[in-house]
Amino acid sequence: MPAGDTSFSTKPLITIQAGKPWPTLQWRELWAYRELLYFLTWRDVKVRYKQTLLGGAWAILQPLLTMVIFTLLFGRLAGFASRTGGVPYPVFAFAGLLPWTFFSNAITNSGNSLINSANLITKVYCPRMIIPGAAVAAGLVDFAIGFILLIVLMFYYRLTPGWGLLLLPFLVLLTVFLAVAVGMWLSALNVKYRDVRFAIPFVIQIWMFLSPIIYPTTLIPQKLRFAFLLNPLTGIIDGYRAALFGQPMNWVELTSSTLITIFAFAYASFVFRRMERGFADII
Amino acid sequence: MTSIIQVTNLSKQYRIGRREVAYPTLRDALARTLRSPLQKLGGRTAGDEKIWALKDVTVNIEAGEVVGVIGRNGAGKSTFLKILSRITEPTSGRVELYGRVGSLLEVGTGFHPELTGRENIYLSGALLGMKRAEIRQKFDEIVQFAELEKFLDTPVKFYSSGMYMRLAFAVAAHLEPEILLVDEVLAVGDSAFQKKCLGKMRDVAKHGRTVLFVSHNMTAVNQLCSRCLSIADGRLVLDGKTAGVVAAYLQAGSGGGAESVWEDIRRAPGNENSKLHAVRVKSDGRIKSEVDIDKEVEVEVEFWNRRPGARNLCVTIDLLDSNGTVVLSTGTTPAANALPEKWFDKPHPEGLFRATCTLPANFLNEGLYYVTVYVVTLGPLTIEVDAPHVLSFRVFDTGVLREAGGGGSWAGVVRVRLPWTTEFVPPQTIPNAPEQQIAVEMKD
Repeated sequence: MPAGDTSFSTKPLITIQAGKPWPTLQWRELWAYRELLYFLTWRDVKVRYKQTLLGGAWAILQPLLTMVIFTLLFGRLAGFASRTGGVPYPVFAFAGLLPWTFFSNAITNSGNSLINSANLITKVYCPRMIIPGAAVAAGLVDFAIGFILLIVLMFYYRLTPGWGLLLLPFLVLLTVFLAVAVGMWLSALNVKYRDVRFAIPFVIQIWMFLSPIIYPTTLIPQKLRFAFLLNPLTGIIDGYRAALFGQPMNWVELTSSTLITIFAFAYASFVFRRMERGFADII
Repeated sequence: MTSIIQVTNLSKQYRIGRREVAYPTLRDALARTLRSPLQKLGGRTAGDEKIWALKDVTVNIEAGEVVGVIGRNGAGKSTFLKILSRITEPTSGRVELYGRVGSLLEVGTGFHPELTGRENIYLSGALLGMKRAEIRQKFDEIVQFAELEKFLDTPVKFYSSGMYMRLAFAVAAHLEPEILLVDEVLAVGDSAFQKKCLGKMRDVAKHGRTVLFVSHNMTAVNQLCSRCLSIADGRLVLDGKTAGVVAAYLQAGSGGGAESVWEDIRRAPGNENSKLHAVRVKSDGRIKSEVDIDKEVEVEVEFWNRRPGARNLCVTIDLLDSNGTVVLSTGTTPAANALPEKWFDKPHPEGLFRATCTLPANFLNEGLYYVTVYVVTLGPLTIEVDAPHVLSFRVFDTGVLREAGGGGSWAGVVRVRLPWTTEFVPPQTIPNAPEQQIAVEMKD
């Protein structure tokens, strides 16, 4: 390939100058770097269970053991078990824990992804969003493995999904976007304020108990329902259950979650793009 | 025709104050927000000192040029390359690039120790901007270049550092962008591999690619680059043919003297463990910038050890000729020292140390020489002081190595008096051969 022919266009391929106050999302650039997203995701997947005895089994064990614990703790509580809409508590809890495990791992990993990739950020150019993005994407493999177990559980309890199952891809997409939004925002803050690293586990713990993961939404007093609508996970988790167990979809919740996710994504990417200019200098 | 790289008034400012506070916490940020209105009234605070890492650099580079970028540590070379590779943003100014950019600022960027050689080739290739198809196509070539066929499926954490470097460079060497930015990466690996890398770089240059090459290795810059930029204190001070720029850079750096002393320890080269205090060239017991060819030359290095009990401290000097070629490299390690070394592996107390190296008489050829000083801790290697060409001296021909009437200078970097013997080998007869053939033989 003779690079010697200098017939390059008169328009610069790349222009570098001090940043604009209102950065754009650089979709075209992200698309051009999609292979790198794939490779970073692939790296995270490959490396995650290296030098572990159980390997990929951890993907199943994490939500499974949590399910067993919560079943032992709460399964017999009348308030919990009787409001699941006829779904046995273990599988009810698992259906909530599965997306939650994905989500919480995703925001932990992507929240720490930038500071763990300091050597990349100071030595290589790529759209920085790819780094927290790949950390979220890597969790999808575990998520998929977890679904297999869910199918097994549903067979065991003889549960059949209804037409709502068609909404499942949309729900997964929504979960991913929400995780990317939160992860990307946390990762950018983490570069500047290392407090974030310590705050993440704490935030996750609280968020879990504020979301209808181990308890049904119906348990929440009517007065507080509105407040729960502000938590985008409410609609998402309930959505999964409705889709999987053939229960009626709560459209108000789902719409609210979708809107909040879109807003969160827009806000997080804006903040990220504003902050990323300084990454290489302060990381 | 448009230049492939156009840099206009490029500047980059850093806040020194912020650098010291490595990880600002949220609490600090809140406190600062509360203070900031007052700060605006009261002017700048002491911790907010700003420096220009790069200031008003304007330069055009044509397609196919191979340009060296030289300058002292902290002069702004790396910042320049980082801006061109879009790793960091400029504070002001503009760069226009009319081609695909590949940058190589570190060997082994993105390598993951748990992954195998094969996997790392793909990962690192992708990070450097190669497409998957491109890597697949060049895969065999890369493996061959690295000479690691047997270890492809071994995790790189089991590689020796040499193997690691070879693999890393092999991937990078097969990048094919129109513009290649390279920072000081040839300084790794053994000399055979370095030679191979230089060869590869030369190939890249020959194929009409535009290369920007940052290096302290003047020999490499001389060999590879036709044009050279010299950066000092963030400004572009020289731009021209390599030989001239390198010579001027070496001259400027050495201060032209036979002695460099840093009275203010804060401004001396070095880190928190060691600081340079003085470097001198002596002959006949006196500081001299011009030494006779038939006199011994002493190079004296004084440094502060600031870490009580430090062991394995080694003072190393490189002697460079006026082209920047390293004539020799020597140090105080017991292995390299002709005298029994007293301090090397003993715990060093805090304080000033002086290491003196004696260069034999009748050894260097006439000409200008530069001295680069390092203080390193060995095993694992840490560079404590890195002071490139801090001083210079000139070796003067006193005529001692010539017979009366034998004029002109001798060729060669060194001019050593070596033992010669001449014997008369009594032949019976001189073979009777045609005149021509003898002449040819003599030429050989």
